Amino acid sequence: MLSFRSVFAGTLRQEDMGGGALITALWLRKSAGHVMLNPLRLSPFSSSRRTVFGLSASRCGLIQRKMTENGVASRRGKVLTIDTLNPCVKKVEYAVRGPIVQRALQIEKELKEGAKKPFSEVIKANIGDAHAMGQRPITFFRQVLALCSFPDLLDDGSFPEDAKNRARRILQSCGGSSMGAYSASQGIDCVRQDVARYIERRDGGIPSDPDNIYLTTGASDGIVTMLKLLVCGEGQTRTGVMISIPQYPLYSAALAELSAVQINYYLNEERCWSLDISELRRSLAEARQHCNPRALCIINPGNPTGQVQSRQCIEDVIRFAAEEHLFLMADEVYQDNVYADGCQFHSFKKVLFEMGPEYSDTVELASFHSTSKCYMGECGFRGGYMEVINMDPEVKEQLTKLVSVRLCPPVPGQALMDLVVNPPQPGEPSHANFLKERSATLSALAEKAKLTEQILNTVPGITCNPVQGAMYSFPQITIPERAVKEAKEKGQAPDMLYCMKLLEETGICLVPGSGFGQRDGTYHFRMTILPSTDKLRILLDKVKEFHQCFTQQYS
Amino acid sequence: MLRLTHRSVIIGALEQYQVLCQTLRTPWRIQTVRLKSQGSVEHCGLKRFSTAEATVETRENGKVRERTLTMETLNPLVKAVEYAVRGPIVIKAGEIEKGLQRGVKKPFTEVIKANIGDAHAMGQLPITFLRQVVALCTCPELLDSPMFPEDAKQRARRILQGCGGNSLGSYSASQGIDCIREDIATYIEQRDHGVPASWDNIYLTTGASDGIMSVLKLLVSGQGLSRTGVMIPIPQYPLYSAAISEMEAVQVNYYLDEDNCWALDINELHRAFQAAKQYCNPRVLCIINPGNPTGQVQSKKCIEEVLHFAYEEKLFVLSDEVYQDNVYSPDCQFHSFKKVLYEMGAEYFNNVELASFHSTSKGYTGECGFRGGYMELINLDPEVKGQLVKMLSVRLCPPVVGQAAMDVIVNPPLPGEPSFPKFYKEKNAVLGALAEKAKLTEQILNLVPGITCNPVQGAMYAFPRIFIPPRAVDEAKASGMAPDMLYCLRLLEETGICIVPGSGFGQKEGTYHFRMTILPSTEKLKFLLEKIQAFHIKFLQEYSVPEEPL
Repeated sequence: MLSFRSVFAGTLRQEDMGGGALITALWLRKSAGHVMLNPLRLSPFSSSRRTVFGLSASRCGLIQRKMTENGVASRRGKVLTIDTLNPCVKKVEYAVRGPIVQRALQIEKELKEGAKKPFSEVIKANIGDAHAMGQRPITFFRQVLALCSFPDLLDDGSFPEDAKNRARRILQSCGGSSMGAYSASQGIDCVRQDVARYIERRDGGIPSDPDNIYLTTGASDGIVTMLKLLVCGEGQTRTGVMISIPQYPLYSAALAELSAVQINYYLNEERCWSLDISELRRSLAEARQHCNPRALCIINPGNPTGQVQSRQCIEDVIRFAAEEHLFLMADEVYQDNVYADGCQFHSFKKVLFEMGPEYSDTVELASFHSTSKCYMGECGFRGGYMEVINMDPEVKEQLTKLVSVRLCPPVPGQALMDLVVNPPQPGEPSHANFLKERSATLSALAEKAKLTEQILNTVPGITCNPVQGAMYSFPQITIPERAVKEAKEKGQAPDMLYCMKLLEETGICLVPGSGFGQRDGTYHFRMTILPSTDKLRILLDKVKEFHQCFTQQYS
Repeated sequence: MLRLTHRSVIIGALEQYQVLCQTLRTPWRIQTVRLKSQGSVEHCGLKRFSTAEATVETRENGKVRERTLTMETLNPLVKAVEYAVRGPIVIKAGEIEKGLQRGVKKPFTEVIKANIGDAHAMGQLPITFLRQVVALCTCPELLDSPMFPEDAKQRARRILQGCGGNSLGSYSASQGIDCIREDIATYIEQRDHGVPASWDNIYLTTGASDGIMSVLKLLVSGQGLSRTGVMIPIPQYPLYSAAISEMEAVQVNYYLDEDNCWALDINELHRAFQAAKQYCNPRVLCIINPGNPTGQVQSKKCIEEVLHFAYEEKLFVLSDEVYQDNVYSPDCQFHSFKKVLYEMGAEYFNNVELASFHSTSKGYTGECGFRGGYMELINLDPEVKGQLVKMLSVRLCPPVVGQAAMDVIVNPPLPGEPSFPKFYKEKNAVLGALAEKAKLTEQILNLVPGITCNPVQGAMYAFPRIFIPPRAVDEAKASGMAPDMLYCLRLLEETGICIVPGSGFGQKEGTYHFRMTILPSTEKLKFLLEKIQAFHIKFLQEYSVPEEPL
């Protein structure tokens, strides 16, 4: 019971001030002793933000005095406290690595230390991290990267020729033929050329200019950079950015950090989470009352929804952006993750150009890709690119200047991106194995997408839309009135209470829908479909069982 | 004839700075960087639209369709950012290089880039052991290969065990991989002769730049008089000024003492601080030690004074120590701020908030492309720490390969391990060569009349002072250019040598400098220094006699 309580306390703090709070709590406990802190921590659940901060501030004082040697009771406050912290940072929230995940890590440590739990391992279905869930890397990619890292291996007989050729080509375009040199800030020239050619192939020949390609540190980096360019004005003229609800919380976090205005448009859950143009219009009209909407963000395939947009829908969105003079940002990192029959990935760029010069000469578009998802799942390399279309040439220079301050994206990530856009070709020695590995991953994902939807839909009180693409399901869960009331009394989102209990009782780590946004009064969670089929089954059965217990307990 | 080419060089430079529209009309490939001081934006805007008019007009009934994102609607903070190390000179150098490849005739055959501390690009070889470990981590099948030594395999296994699914391809925790943070803490303890380091205070970063930006971001708050002021040395590494502009903090300059080997003068800190209090809230003090671009290594006494000052004035200290292994002068030694703080006693060590930064990009490894680094934060408010972790988590994690490289740097082969002799040899070769080149650079530059160069005690740069004749200064000013920018552009056009003007780092008014790296091979460096010598003498001659009427 006690452990539960403190979890809730941590959660409360999270609601107030964002993800890292629980760590703070744990840290505090570590540094100042369990007993001393717990009473404080357990007391006023209903306290306002102010009081929570007030309490912790006095606690900090205590600790500091304790830590100071020889009793020189320091009356010094710190330079940097929660009160003097950049207020934009305070506003940032990021549920995918929020309090649930921090608690999961804590539980993992407890398990390691021999704590008894009703489960033996924590299953992390909170984040799209394929390799952590056991997916194997594509052999060819890793071979080339190893060759680039340690070129002595080029003389080793054990690597296939095509891998060596790729490695030589990448190294030739690195300064001093080393991955250890900075690249141009925009990325290595030959990689950008390969990316452009890939886009051309993908889009049926629509031209792509390497000069419009920027390599990035994962897609997140590109998205934040683009948003940064767009933010200006004050008050009524402050830049507003339209994002889908539910959304991937990178967007809301970046907007908070940049003090831009977040404009929500709701996806239509009844229609498989598809995008409704009338909803775009409603949301835009409303936003025009208080800010200057300038950008429209689309995630396709959807995260967390798993929805894949139809060509018609994309056309409508582009027309809307053109009419309303919005900068389009298309997050297409799941472009290879399409599973459902009848669904197909259409890039915004392709549809834009097929709509004719009236659109393709004017609509400003940035689209994003990454090495982290699709069939490769190489998240740790932080590779990615963005393509910018119709960007003002002067602004483009500013973009190049801005990215140059960070010098360059990680070169191994760039090399990997190159391989993703330029994989083994038919006739090359690694082609067969590459195809085999790629289709094994993608078909396993397709199978798991289906399995997830099916099993979840057998649970009374859970409804799950088809997982058409991406790596997540985002089912709606019915939470009994009493549980909602209990959560609200604790100042907690009801689905946060649900997920926290699920974690404590089963070891399954999911992210509550409130972290992504949802219609008022509806509750969801996001889970990845990445665990191995066997593990996924266990996980789904456990979720099922938990949901039934939870419903009973609170009815 | 010669004069004519000079003219065109200057006109070229002009174009780059002022007549932007001219270059913009030609394709976007020509990347120019617009500085704050440049000509009117509307002018450029008009030009641009006129080029697109014809097509646009037909579509929009004569109404010019404006872009959503233009110079007028761009984030003004982005506009304010300047970053000389990759600024116009470097862009020009890139163009010249491409020209040479296409067969354009120049008075030189290659561009030598001495603008950036990029060791591998200048031919420095990677440390074998580091690359072996990275290759093993990347392609774990190699763990069975006899080609790799046991100690490299052990390191790789340990790193992989710290990765989700034993793969470099999984996200790490946002602060970095646990076991690497432990290794870093151990390294710091050893470096600082036992001063305790907790791995809980260590954060892996995407190069040091990323860490510096993150910490600065935490610190920026307030408006008007209460807006955060950040004290930075002048000359500085322009990451600081760029970050401060981007975050709309107030830059507070304190000048290093060129006459005293670029040492930090505590009185100057006081002066700068007091002056700044009139218009902002100075809360942060940034130190670069060993200095970039100055190459100066701070004495222990100086560091003590700085820390005492920070304690007294309640400043958060950022200590950029990425060149900690790059100390060449026999009478200099690197002292970490953390260690000195500890030695000053508990009152200081328990109170002064300190962030120190390290990186894989410098030292003897020079692995810039991996974007590895770490920061250690001490005395950070626990709640703020929670906020920091939250903020970092939005970007998910630093590149895992860079983390692995960082691990090798803090946990290199030890005596007795199979790779030790080779590692030791490679490391000493790199550092020995750098020491030699530091000396060489100082010596040759000081031979040139009109150039004075302080000893390059550490880091990777010389930052000599150059005399620019008044006529050249006038000419530069007339074209709206910094005089040392004119100098460097001409040097580039005439010799192919790419160095960065002192104005990009900041300097006392009326003085001029350039920053050059000491990284080219000894032979190339000699060649480079001789070319600079010849250029400088010619430059002085050219501008000392009044021009005869044509």
